[in-house]
Amino acid sequence: MLETIKEFASEFFVTGDPLILGAQVSIALAMVAIVFVLTYFKKWRWLWTDWLTTVDHKKIGIMYIICAILMLFRGGVDALLMRVQLAAPELEFLHADHYNAIFTTHGVIMILFMAMPLMFGLFNIIVPLQLGARDVAFPFLNSFSFWMFFVGAMLFNLSFVIGGSPDAGWLAYPPLSERTGSPGVGQDFYIWGIQLSGVGSLASGINFVVTILKMRAPGMKLMKMPMFSWSVLASSVTIMFAFPILTVTLFLLFLDRYLGAHFFTVDAGGNPMMYLNLIWMWGHPEVYIVVLPAFGIFSEVVATFSKKKIFGYKSMVFALMSISFFSFFTWAHHFFTMGSGANVNAFFAVTTMIIAIPTGVKVFNWLFTMYRGKLSFPTPMMWAIAFIPCFVVGGMTGVMLSVAPADFQFHNSYFLIAHFHQVLIGGVVFGYFAGLYYWWPKMFGFKLHEGLGKWAFWFWNIGFYVCFMPQYALGLMGMTRRFNEYNFDMGWQPLNVVSTIGAFLMGIAFLFQVWQIAHSIRFLKKDTSGDNWGQGRTLEWSIPSPAPFYNFARTPKVVAQDDWWEKQQRRERGEADPAEVIAADTAPLEPIHMPKNSGIPIIMSGFWFVAGFGFVWDWKWMIVLGLAGVIVTMLARSFNFNDDYYVPVEEIERIEAAAARGAN
Amino acid sequence: MAAQHHSHEESGHTHGSLKSYILGFVLSIVLTIIPLVAVMNDMFNKSTTIVIILVTAVLQFLVQLIFFMHIREEDKPRYNLVSLVFAVLLLLTIVIGSIWIMTYNQVAM
Amino acid sequence: MSQAHAHSQDHGHHDQESLKQFGFWLFMITDVILFATLFATFVVLRGNTASGPIGAELIEMNGIIISTFILLTSSFTSGLALLSMNKGDKKGLILWLAISALLGLSFIYLEVNEFIHLVHEGANIGTSAYWSAFFTLVGTHGLHVSLGIVWMTAIIIQLAKRGITPVTKRKVNIISLYWHFLDAVWIFVFSIVYLMEVM
Repeated sequence: MLETIKEFASEFFVTGDPLILGAQVSIALAMVAIVFVLTYFKKWRWLWTDWLTTVDHKKIGIMYIICAILMLFRGGVDALLMRVQLAAPELEFLHADHYNAIFTTHGVIMILFMAMPLMFGLFNIIVPLQLGARDVAFPFLNSFSFWMFFVGAMLFNLSFVIGGSPDAGWLAYPPLSERTGSPGVGQDFYIWGIQLSGVGSLASGINFVVTILKMRAPGMKLMKMPMFSWSVLASSVTIMFAFPILTVTLFLLFLDRYLGAHFFTVDAGGNPMMYLNLIWMWGHPEVYIVVLPAFGIFSEVVATFSKKKIFGYKSMVFALMSISFFSFFTWAHHFFTMGSGANVNAFFAVTTMIIAIPTGVKVFNWLFTMYRGKLSFPTPMMWAIAFIPCFVVGGMTGVMLSVAPADFQFHNSYFLIAHFHQVLIGGVVFGYFAGLYYWWPKMFGFKLHEGLGKWAFWFWNIGFYVCFMPQYALGLMGMTRRFNEYNFDMGWQPLNVVSTIGAFLMGIAFLFQVWQIAHSIRFLKKDTSGDNWGQGRTLEWSIPSPAPFYNFARTPKVVAQDDWWEKQQRRERGEADPAEVIAADTAPLEPIHMPKNSGIPIIMSGFWFVAGFGFVWDWKWMIVLGLAGVIVTMLARSFNFNDDYYVPVEEIERIEAAAARGAN
Repeated sequence: MAAQHHSHEESGHTHGSLKSYILGFVLSIVLTIIPLVAVMNDMFNKSTTIVIILVTAVLQFLVQLIFFMHIREEDKPRYNLVSLVFAVLLLLTIVIGSIWIMTYNQVAM
Repeated sequence: MSQAHAHSQDHGHHDQESLKQFGFWLFMITDVILFATLFATFVVLRGNTASGPIGAELIEMNGIIISTFILLTSSFTSGLALLSMNKGDKKGLILWLAISALLGLSFIYLEVNEFIHLVHEGANIGTSAYWSAFFTLVGTHGLHVSLGIVWMTAIIIQLAKRGITPVTKRKVNIISLYWHFLDAVWIFVFSIVYLMEVM
């Protein structure tokens, strides 16, 4: 009996590695600590009613961001571990299996569990506020999206300590990812973690498209909408069309592994190359999904801190939508070397070059916005400015890669790694940081400490270039990716050491950011006025910080692009607002229709977790239990006709009065 | 604003008469029978048959859209139609793109 | 619950219903992409029968023809349900919805039978890439129909209890849209998977 348990435990838990053992112990301790703290301070009820069952977009956004920061930590540690291993040959720090697992989890976490939730967090917090709306179109679905992301991320992260991490790369190419190549459960954790979280993403895509198209404040025609909201629309449309492809592709891989199907096997007619074709049909739009909102953030930040309207609004909108559109026609550039032939490669090389053009338009427009603007350089603006040279260079190396014959040399070398890190870090990460710093006071009612922010900024930037510029050179010298060790004879070590130093500089930067957050919370200087930077342009700055739960006591009437800025300008000139604006701003308060909180999203997601875990270990009873639970909770939702309420006028008056007092 | 209540049948999908449903039903049956007969009786060569099958399928899809899903009765802006057009465009890209890319990548079986 | 005819101020139930219908349409669009990917996979892999059984030898068209007409009819009857609803005829609405669900159930019964027959004849999801693609594409459609039947049943129960209200109207609009969509997908399954296989 004891023997069976021991055997099971040694399969079930990952053993034999001090780092992992450390992680297992820390996780257990952390869980105990959390339970203890919640019990001691009697906060279980608060946790459930205020956070776990919330359908408030602002709270959901904060939960996304917290998760993203935690995942940035894990993904970053993965990176540092790899860079230590690569600093010298024969280090024996990470054996090949470990190294494979680490670069796999690094990629999956950074893109799917760090960038995506950070993005959705910003979508959630800001879009309804920018549109003058009281929440997203489907608040219940919004909560469901978050919890599906959460359980997906949990499943994936669990593989580290239970069962073993996946190690077939972040995109899990077959036949390595088939049962024959990856017999362990790691690959199954991968499939279910991403699949469940992907459902959440798809639902969010739909949610934000409907919100943006249908819930703008009166007078806000599409061409008066803020640039960030436009970028969210472009990204959400892309999500809607790309994620179903991922769902199917992972499902087919699952069928291969679970039911012995032959979609991507090397025998019985399977074709692994079809997997690459399908996964990149999703994979390419995915990178545009994450970068478009960063572009939107830059437009907001640059305009605000230049005190100037964004240059070329129409062309910016057009650029966003064309990038979204064209992103569906470039996917084969990820496998030029697969053997599809010259015609296919030529076509996709051309489409890839074309897609660089609208981005170029955007860069020029940001520069023209700054030209002759009244510039100031708080942290968000610094990130925006740093992004421009970094992303432009990264984009140019992308054009180099798009030349198909040349790509036969670059493919899967460190040149490629440097390129995608440059556009992802220089574009996406810098952009989301800019957004986080820019909108932080709106979320929490205090600004982050500028000084510490600048330290973090410089360490990130210097660290980035020190880490990745050598990698372009290494790639051109022939260094191939995904090896845990390179012979000393290759002569690559010096540059690798430099790169490792750069990685640690970025690690230090992250520490500065954590310090910055902790410090700002401790010594916070409250600023609940609403227009925290004093020069806000869009509607989110017209309400208190943080916003009351219903956002707007009265639905605003919008008359211009950058409506809040225009209003402030009228104030300064002593001009009266147009009649319809005055009417909207002074209309008698009416009860506000709000959605009720619900425990169903977290419970249903919990059942999906159970089902996923059951599928991973092939425990049929657990699968049945999980899926049954999903269906029951879905029906419970369907039969619930009582999911909303009205906020009485007295309560609105009380909250508005308190906010007005707080601002003075 | 009174304009808010522009059509009491907000959704726009609630129109349609018995006549149009019956017409749609009959058309669907006809458009199913045509390719069926062509195939089961081996009436044409391969390419022609494929064309007949695809054309009748697309026509039947349009019948579904027009007679059952009331796509023409949507109020402006016609987001439903626009999103459907994009979806069909992407569908063609996925299917035709995959066929094209995989042509040289087919493992000889 | 007086008052909230706050028109410009308030997104009342009224707007909520049309928002949900639009949201569902967009969801169906994503389902189009899902099926597109399955179709692409099927078309690419359909020749890969690995010297095993091919579709043409095992597919029995009679059952498929019957299934097709059953599904077509159930799409029509769900339209009749909508017409009843617009006339305020709760009984007619429930009746036609129930008939649509029963026809859907017959469709599933025939499909399950077909799958069992195929497996007995030596063609299962692991036999070759062709059969993997076949069972997955056809099976995914069948899964969608099965979920639809459960959903339809739930709505029938809600209708019996609450009658025709703006909320239940929206639910019926959505399920019938879903039902038509599944018939549309079946048109292509029938054409590409079955007709093109036996021609």
